[in-house]
Amino acid sequence: MSDGEVVASFVVPVHPHTVLAPDQNPGWRRLRDAFDGAAQTIRDLEADLIIVYSTTWPSIIGHQIQSDPNPEWVMVDHDFHDLGSIHYSFNIDAEFAHAWDDANRNRGLQSRCVNYKGFPIDVGSVVALTLLNPDNAIPAVIVSSNMYANRSETTVLAKSCLDVIKAQGRRAVAVTAMSLSNRMFTDFIEPNDDKIHSLKDDEWNRKILEFLEQGRLEDVGQLSRTIHQQIRVQKVVAFKPMWWLSAMNGNRNDLTGRVLAYEAIHGAGGAVVHLDPAASGAGDKEYDEDDVEYFHGERGVLDTVDESDEGQQHEVEPPVEHGSGPELWEPTDAEGSVNTNAAPKPVGAYPHARRVGNMLFLSGVGPRQPGTNAIPGGPIHDEEGNPLAYDIKAQTHAVVDNVKRIVEEAGATMDQIVDVTTFLVDMKRDFQGYNEVWAETLGKVGPTRTTLAIDALPTPIAVEMKVIVHMPE
Amino acid sequence: MAKGKIVAGCIAPHPPHLVYAENPPQNEPVAEGGWEQLRWGYERLRASLADVEYDAIVLLSPHWQTYVGTHFLGLDHFEGLSVDPIFPNLFRYHYNMNVDVELAKAIHDEAAAAGLPVKMMENPDFRVDYGTITTGHLFNPDWDKPLVVISSNRSTAYYSVEVMQEIMIELGRVTRKAIESSGKKVVVLASNSLSHRHFTTESEVPEDMSKEHITSHAMHLWDMRIIDYMRTGQAQRILDEMPEFTEQAIAESDGGGLSWLLSTLDVPNYPAILHGYGTIIGTGNAVVEWPCHAHEVSEA
Repeated sequence: MSDGEVVASFVVPVHPHTVLAPDQNPGWRRLRDAFDGAAQTIRDLEADLIIVYSTTWPSIIGHQIQSDPNPEWVMVDHDFHDLGSIHYSFNIDAEFAHAWDDANRNRGLQSRCVNYKGFPIDVGSVVALTLLNPDNAIPAVIVSSNMYANRSETTVLAKSCLDVIKAQGRRAVAVTAMSLSNRMFTDFIEPNDDKIHSLKDDEWNRKILEFLEQGRLEDVGQLSRTIHQQIRVQKVVAFKPMWWLSAMNGNRNDLTGRVLAYEAIHGAGGAVVHLDPAASGAGDKEYDEDDVEYFHGERGVLDTVDESDEGQQHEVEPPVEHGSGPELWEPTDAEGSVNTNAAPKPVGAYPHARRVGNMLFLSGVGPRQPGTNAIPGGPIHDEEGNPLAYDIKAQTHAVVDNVKRIVEEAGATMDQIVDVTTFLVDMKRDFQGYNEVWAETLGKVGPTRTTLAIDALPTPIAVEMKVIVHMPE
Repeated sequence: MAKGKIVAGCIAPHPPHLVYAENPPQNEPVAEGGWEQLRWGYERLRASLADVEYDAIVLLSPHWQTYVGTHFLGLDHFEGLSVDPIFPNLFRYHYNMNVDVELAKAIHDEAAAAGLPVKMMENPDFRVDYGTITTGHLFNPDWDKPLVVISSNRSTAYYSVEVMQEIMIELGRVTRKAIESSGKKVVVLASNSLSHRHFTTESEVPEDMSKEHITSHAMHLWDMRIIDYMRTGQAQRILDEMPEFTEQAIAESDGGGLSWLLSTLDVPNYPAILHGYGTIIGTGNAVVEWPCHAHEVSEA
């Protein structure tokens, strides 16, 4: 199997005019011709997957991924119903959808697949797949745009998608179904009177397209918030697709870009843009906003926060039910105990750490995420014990993050760590990756270290650390 | 022909959770109850109007979102499957509804004469939005009254709450005028929540009421403030504070339904009846009735 890769990316407009009425306006026809050219490019690249991030499919509970293998229905636009109906029948890669859903959760995202007869696929996705994949020869997948998602969540959504593309060795095409400026005329117009709503919208659209033509996709991503403020009607979905598309392309600024068409659709800015991953030679410019590997956002808002009752010291809370795996416990609270909601719940009756004098002793810390209990990098086996591929580096990073949260909760700092004992369940496979992350993190602090191979840990994780800290008086 | 009239105006929110929790035969998913305070509120609303005669229901739904003008369902009959794109696990409802096209066209024509951009929706493939279906079911589970369904023009997003109110107050005025000219007795419904900040996670059992609460104290305060205005006959204050309420409570009044309703009722100065209040995935929802029939001014 070859390494998976994104072989091309496209920006495409969302409104139905290009499907239903391309000949009512010369601009709509040029957009349609550009769509047809993009479809031919996708065929020529021998892509085996089309991934659509659609701004016209908002979601609230995390991101949703279409997993009905053959969704069929008739789409009628809420505004432009008089243009007609689009009958659709798509070829969805349900296996990829489920794998992406799993990968999302491994990176801390809220996510779910949807497979329901009659599910109303949104206009942006219907237009994109109808025109880019007219004979359904290439399987596709569609993901929603979460109305509350910020940049980090949207970036991680792309990275989990890349995890699956690589794991499955796919030749993927990434598509954002979106307008540039999205302000339409608020009254009805004749097709021949169509134009970009305002000079300001047009100028900003051309700035965006100039950047894209130079392959500066990450720069457009960095401008997303500004673009949203300048030329976007403040709807719920904001200007997020460029965050997703940039992360799908490695946050690069040296892609090879080509604007295939730019026209008005009822006042909104519609463009078909092809971004080729081949380096343009322009040089990769500065990337100045933090890159994000795992999502640690406020997805646990339904979780109740347990507060210790001062009159009930030493009382052991009963286990917390959480589905499969060992039971989770509330951390115990004795003299000197240090506990935090920012660390994963214990799997037994013990605290996250305990302070004795100026020494702080941490219980074994693994990579599980607080709140979700997700394992970054993936679990090492499934519920039946079947081995799974996992990322030891991601797990080790997550362990260090959890250690840091507990240490800081105690009022200490990472550079006060004096001794670490690490437990690996597969020394031969994992030592190198673990050792690299160590060197980047705790290795720079300088504690003594002992690394042991053990048979298993209570949860399906590959690495755990036992940490001792010397705190100042 | 006798003058038509509005017999009641109601806030009738549309979260699909309420239909899901009720387990009607039209909905595919099955629940173990939940959100009883609001569902009992709808029961009280239906009981309150059980002896009030009316010919049609006029409903404005924030989930038929139109950016180019205001649209009206323009065919006699719609049926099909409505799947909520956000909560498809909860709402997959087989609907079958009739439209009072004559009244819809009358409101459309009055609005056009007043200079509002309007359009009749006459595509038979059109799928009616789930907000309309949910409110339609909860208000009238028998579906034995024809509806007039009005889209939610997104002028708040395009301009401001103030501009939205200008448009919706005018739309409300022409709605009332068309109803009066029609000779029909009508109930008008605004299908919207109050504060509208959702949780972004869903509990394993969606109807687990131990997880349900308002998203923040500030949202609660705004909801209670607005409800208090309703219960004390201060509709004008709701309109006056709509910009702050809509922005600070991220309220679903951004869709214009509440402003339109109050205008259609001629900004009532008599108390509304609060039939129920509750939260749904953190959003604030109230079932409220303005019993217009009890406050009619006789025309001597």
